[in-house]
Amino acid sequence: MTFYEVTFYVLAVVALLSAILVITCRNPVHSAIFLVLTLLSVALIFLQLQAEFMAAVQIIVYIGGIMVLFLFVIMLVNLDVAVRQAPYNRQRWIAGFAALVLLAEFTLFIYQGRDWAKLPPAAAEAVQPNTELIGRALFQNYILPFEVASLLLLVAMVGAVLMAKQR
Amino acid sequence: MVPTWHYLALAAALFTVGVIGVLTRRNIIIIFMSLELILNAVNINLIAFARHWGSVDGHIFAIFIITVAAAEAAVGLGILIAFFRNRDTVNADEIDLLKW
Repeated sequence: MTFYEVTFYVLAVVALLSAILVITCRNPVHSAIFLVLTLLSVALIFLQLQAEFMAAVQIIVYIGGIMVLFLFVIMLVNLDVAVRQAPYNRQRWIAGFAALVLLAEFTLFIYQGRDWAKLPPAAAEAVQPNTELIGRALFQNYILPFEVASLLLLVAMVGAVLMAKQR
Repeated sequence: MVPTWHYLALAAALFTVGVIGVLTRRNIIIIFMSLELILNAVNINLIAFARHWGSVDGHIFAIFIITVAAAEAAVGLGILIAFFRNRDTVNADEIDLLKW
């Protein structure tokens, strides 16, 4: 096993275990910390897939932005009552069964497509220099979706302020 | 070299964990965190296929998904704060005004 393979499997196990801890912890603060660990592992997997721009965006936006927002809201909301209540709802067995059916479908399709999805990945130079290629694509081919995304962020910002404002 | 389907399997597992979290937890904050897990699983798929085909389009889609995730988290947590102010709870199964 090369270093490249070992990094992927270690990161995959860390990401999966901390994802399971995210949904099983009683305390939302602990869930948030484990979610940071998952997002960091996913960022490193992006780096390992030679998507260094996406890894940086993942760390800056997710860990630096969204998770800080989550922690702020956890501290604004009084959770002492919620931590002592039952963490799972009444439909948990049906929901768990449905999710396992979903996992079985995923397993089936990925297993069927494993030969097709095993062709060696394209040459390493194909998505390099990464940031430059993304910039060109974003500002030439995808300029309209980019502008729409900026509008979406504006609407979300106004909406969030309006929702959270004291009346 | 790690075959592409290992990335797909990791993404499928993360997606399923997120779905279980959304469907079974009562705390809305943890439901939002599970949604972030689901979106991240999709991003792994997109980046893995971008690497597979040597194209940069998957990265662009992943950037838009992160944008939408940021917008969703901001609006969702704003709604959550407004809801907590009115009802003093963060349990999803107590939001049952429209329930038949």
